[in-house]
Amino acid sequence: MRPVLEAAGLTKRWGGIQAVDGVSFALAPGEILALIGPNGAGKSTCFNMLNGQIRPDGGRVLLRGQDVTGLPPRRIWRLGVGRTFQVTATFASMSVLDNVRLVLLSHHRRLFRFWRPASDLFGQEALALLERVGMAGQAGRISGILAYGDLKRLELAMALAHAPSLLLMDEPTAGMAPADRLEMMAQMVGVARRSGIAVLFTEHDMDVVFAHADRLLVLDRGRLIAEGPPEAVRRDPLVRDVYLGQGLG
Amino acid sequence: MEALALQALNGLASASSLFLVSAGLTIIFGVSRIVNFAHGSFYMLGAYLAWTLTSQGPLAEWGGFWGFWGAVLLAALAVGVIGAAAEVLVLRRVYQAPELFQLLATFALVLVVQDLALLLWGAEDKFGPRAPLLRGAVEILGLRFPRYELFMIVVGPVVLGLLWLLLHRTRFGILLRAATQDREMVAALGVDQRRLFTGVFFLGAALAGLAGALQLPREAVTLHMDMAIIVEAFVVVVVGGLGSLPGAFLAALLIGELHAFGILAFPRITLVLVFLVMAAVLVLRPYGLLGRRPSGLQPAAPMAAPLPPPSGRRQRVLVTLPAAVVLLLLPPFLGDYARILLTDFAVFILFAASLHFIMGPGGMASFGHAAYFGAGAYAAALLTRHMGAPMEVGLALAPFAAGLVGLLFGWLCVRFSGVYAAMLTLALAQIAWSIAFQWVEVTGGDNGILGVWPSDWARDRLSFWYLALLLCSLGTWLLRRAIRAPFGLALRAQRDSPLRAEAVGLDGFRLRWLGFALAAAMAGLAGAVFAYGKGSVFPSFLGIPRSVDALVMVLLGGVQTLSGPILGAVAYIGLQDQLARVTDLWRLLLGLVILALVLFFPRGLAGAIARPEPRA
Repeated sequence: MRPVLEAAGLTKRWGGIQAVDGVSFALAPGEILALIGPNGAGKSTCFNMLNGQIRPDGGRVLLRGQDVTGLPPRRIWRLGVGRTFQVTATFASMSVLDNVRLVLLSHHRRLFRFWRPASDLFGQEALALLERVGMAGQAGRISGILAYGDLKRLELAMALAHAPSLLLMDEPTAGMAPADRLEMMAQMVGVARRSGIAVLFTEHDMDVVFAHADRLLVLDRGRLIAEGPPEAVRRDPLVRDVYLGQGLG
Repeated sequence: MEALALQALNGLASASSLFLVSAGLTIIFGVSRIVNFAHGSFYMLGAYLAWTLTSQGPLAEWGGFWGFWGAVLLAALAVGVIGAAAEVLVLRRVYQAPELFQLLATFALVLVVQDLALLLWGAEDKFGPRAPLLRGAVEILGLRFPRYELFMIVVGPVVLGLLWLLLHRTRFGILLRAATQDREMVAALGVDQRRLFTGVFFLGAALAGLAGALQLPREAVTLHMDMAIIVEAFVVVVVGGLGSLPGAFLAALLIGELHAFGILAFPRITLVLVFLVMAAVLVLRPYGLLGRRPSGLQPAAPMAAPLPPPSGRRQRVLVTLPAAVVLLLLPPFLGDYARILLTDFAVFILFAASLHFIMGPGGMASFGHAAYFGAGAYAAALLTRHMGAPMEVGLALAPFAAGLVGLLFGWLCVRFSGVYAAMLTLALAQIAWSIAFQWVEVTGGDNGILGVWPSDWARDRLSFWYLALLLCSLGTWLLRRAIRAPFGLALRAQRDSPLRAEAVGLDGFRLRWLGFALAAAMAGLAGAVFAYGKGSVFPSFLGIPRSVDALVMVLLGGVQTLSGPILGAVAYIGLQDQLARVTDLWRLLLGLVILALVLFFPRGLAGAIARPEPRA
């Protein structure tokens, strides 16, 4: 089967530092792939080259075979890639429902309408999406006052609104209490698996990673040092070396 | 060829004085993050003070070399003290306020200084003495060139050199540069910020005062000096890069030469040339020739207030219906004066609503919204004057003309935020103003265009009131619908979180651009109605004071409410009407009112009523 996402020789240099150095990998449809590595390994840079926020110095990004290298994030989104952010980003002054509604309006290309109230459009669809993440009960609340976990769920609903084939999640459990992380990730991965969405996520919490990822990529100093199923990676001496003393498994 | 060389020298001389003003502006911005509108006023005060010192008092009696140069230096120092006083009394209190409030506070100072200067020195132009030792001309390439201009050419680089020494060789200078890079860190290291800030304002104001005083032998001292120089200084600082001293020097040279040669090539539209160069620089280097992208410059925007739910049938019946009845049925029983005032209310509510659309849902800044008001007014007037078009055509086409101007200017402005956007919109509006002012053949210049009367059926005040009510209500209603429509939702989304908006397929630039143009079109409609109501148009329709009118109306009402612009416009126009009846010093009073607004009601009237501002 053709991969959903392919990175081929991705390279990025910040001044004198080689942040990402020739990273290549592929993501199969429906696969849950975790990108891990110690601080400063180049996870964020790598991630942001995939979603279009950073233009790579070298290498290519392919979505279902189509070259999307250097496209702006909004174009990559239109090709069916949903996103959640490390620090949640929602439209703080708008209701939870309107947050999702806006994404639906954007997906259906109805943004440049000036007369009919937005509240007449896509209400049912938005509510159905909120239902899927368990947020329907809070549809009328202003998103700026939501609890952090609820914001994450809202972000997930927004990411699902254009029926993506791939979900990019940058540290999906960052900022949450350790006890809540596994539960949150279970919900996110559950939604993705039921919908057949492939997921690429970065994560610091190894419990979360080993509980949910089908496969792991390990970055260190910009290079891919290991790749494979969780158990294999856990035993990899190179990985153990990099993570020494950091409580890997 | 020789004439061209001399023209280049002229350009260098103007560049020097431009640099002195811009250097102060850019230093003050670097440390305090305040774009000081009143900088032009400091410049003007320098010129007036130097004139006074050289024409009366001991220095004037002394005369000669020390009489003149002593006066120049003393004037510069005095302006420095005035600048320091302004910092201590006003600006120190608004460092934590939103940028627009800071700009507005400094603009209030402009208004206050203007009326004070008028009171102290009168309205007629003042002519200063020639500079001792620098009278007459020297021969260059067979042509005569004034000595004083040669001296001016030297002043710029000398001041740049002295400033460099000050910034790199003194403790004050090192602190100043450190604060420019990271204010918080300097504070954390135990530096007394208050003395540093006051010192910086003293230095910046003294530079502006020096520039003004040095103008004395070159041109007459007038009450218009402040606005003329501040717009050029804004252009220089933006082109050079905010906060960059060498950038300001480079840009001053560029703009000075552009003026010098522009006069030869396009004597009527030199400012348009300046605009084109500024546009080109900003498109190629968005943060100026030697500027850097501001880092961590803007404090995180506070969460915008959610939109109130749409009014239900009940509210419509209780508020809208009685209002409509009163507005329709009362005017036949009113005099013409009241009908004119009502028409003004309608016009300025639409004008304020259009600016609110940009600032509230759009999250953008505009300090030059009068450009679009004026564009609509002039479009109507030009159609009437040059093509004999009837009012109906003028009113129909004016929004499109203003919308086009909005598309043109907006294309440049909406890619910036905060102070950059504010300065750019202001500079562009001033360029529109100068076209109306300078292009006499077409626009009638200062005399404006007269005879822009409504069609016969709308000529009496009552019919025109109904027409104004209809058009302005329609325009305001359209804007309110747009805010709740998908477009408005998207506009608010890109304001709330540009990052998330881009990540769900929104093109923030296009949304802001179109929103800007739509608001400009509505401002143009307001302008056209205003033009037919008054029967004439003047350059003042596009002037900075009119832009500030709109800003004060929106801020008075509160940016975060939908009814804000309506409340603000009514309160402001009503206040102005009352003030104009009792005093000639309306600018002074208006300035004080704005200062009070900025210092005590940073959330606007509606916001102040809704919930008291927590004290920071």
